[in-house]
Amino acid sequence: MASSIETAPALKVHDLHKRFGEVEVLKGVHLDAHVGDVISMLGASGSGKSTFLRCINLLETPDSGSITVQGETIGMTVGRSGSPVPADMDQVIRLRARLGMVFQSFNLWQHMTVLENVTEALVHVLKMSKTEAHERACETLEKVGMLDRKDYYPAHISGGQQQRAAIARALAMEPDVMLFDEPTSALDPELVGEVLKVMRTLADEGRTMIVVTHEIGFARDVSNKVIFLHEGAIETQGPPAEMFDNPVSPRFRQFLANAIH
Amino acid sequence: MDSIWEYRNLLLAGTAVTVQLALASLALSVVLGLVGAAAKLAANPASQKIAGAYTTLVRGVPDLVLMMLLFYGGQQIANDLGSLTGLWDYVEINQFIAGVWSIGFVFGAYMTETFRGAILAIPRGQIEAGIACGMRPFLIFRRITWPQMIRHALPSFTNNWLVLIKATALVSVIGLHDLVWNASTAGRSVREPFTFMFAVLVIYLILTACSDVGLRWLERRYNVGVDRA
Repeated sequence: MASSIETAPALKVHDLHKRFGEVEVLKGVHLDAHVGDVISMLGASGSGKSTFLRCINLLETPDSGSITVQGETIGMTVGRSGSPVPADMDQVIRLRARLGMVFQSFNLWQHMTVLENVTEALVHVLKMSKTEAHERACETLEKVGMLDRKDYYPAHISGGQQQRAAIARALAMEPDVMLFDEPTSALDPELVGEVLKVMRTLADEGRTMIVVTHEIGFARDVSNKVIFLHEGAIETQGPPAEMFDNPVSPRFRQFLANAIH
Repeated sequence: MDSIWEYRNLLLAGTAVTVQLALASLALSVVLGLVGAAAKLAANPASQKIAGAYTTLVRGVPDLVLMMLLFYGGQQIANDLGSLTGLWDYVEINQFIAGVWSIGFVFGAYMTETFRGAILAIPRGQIEAGIACGMRPFLIFRRITWPQMIRHALPSFTNNWLVLIKATALVSVIGLHDLVWNASTAGRSVREPFTFMFAVLVIYLILTACSDVGLRWLERRYNVGVDRA
């Protein structure tokens, strides 16, 4: 596990607010991720944890607050309809390429092989040559144990394999921060382990990761910081040892009690 | 049968016109269909309304009526405008152009629905994965939306195309010398209308059979990765 001492924040989220119509989903959430941090975000469904993650790379546009990637703050302005919009779409697009995202439902491109899924953004976004991209993709697929499945289409492999390929797709971009949105929630129980194992390897390598998850075991063993969201606000946070061994918040205690069953 | 051979050049010329007309109309209808689908799916309510009016109008009125309206009406409007403004003298709308415009306009509405449905059939996550990788909208369209849209659109596209080929026969009404017009003229002059219409039937069947082969190839190509093994 990497430590977060004396390093600049890889990702800083300040006072993030988001509402969907009448419902305020995020009520001012802060997050500092230093290089090498593995932050697990826990919370009941509807607590806003996935929305928070999707706001970081602007898949959802936050209503207010700021997002800073490696010291660069995403500029926001007010659009014609009165709601906030990115001031500079080029900046957003550039920063997205540095934030790798892994989705709950994998979202591999169905019409491309595993290998093509990984090389796609390398060639068309990072402008790597085909040979270079191929090499990088194979190395990354090797790392997630999917090299032998590189010529398969997503529909022809298991969910666990699809998720590992999706991790490879994000990882191959060598992002500053990797965002995981409930990466094991759509998997059959027997396939969860292989995905968690890959994520553990990445954590051990010192990758900066924000993981929205229901896997208490992963949060406890792999992450160095746990954030518990309740109704769009941070209820409690801290190192996993403190959080799990001696939970102060009654709501978090309740959450853990429910999760164990 | 001898008479068919005798008039083979007329029939071939008519076939060529029919094929050109069908392909040109198809191209126009695909463009209109893509624009229409984009307008219907856009957040802008005005564009949704315009595209909605277009598809409702076209799908609710016989093709022949629209075609004659565009041909005769278009000609009249063009000439009225000309005499009103004095900018141009009497113009006569070219029948081929009128045919392409009217068939393209009509089938553009069907293509709009075809493409709209095909785009809606693509899971949102496919697009989001592209956005998250830092792809620009056009790149996402070209590399992710388009290939998957084609796959979803092909069955309905095939149907539209076959109906479109057959709809080209209507242009003989406005005097375009297509396959049907040439064949019926030849048939009348040698008093063998049945023989010539039979030849037309065979030629249309050959055209549709050929396009079936091509479309099946496309279907195989775009079904890669999702084939029901």
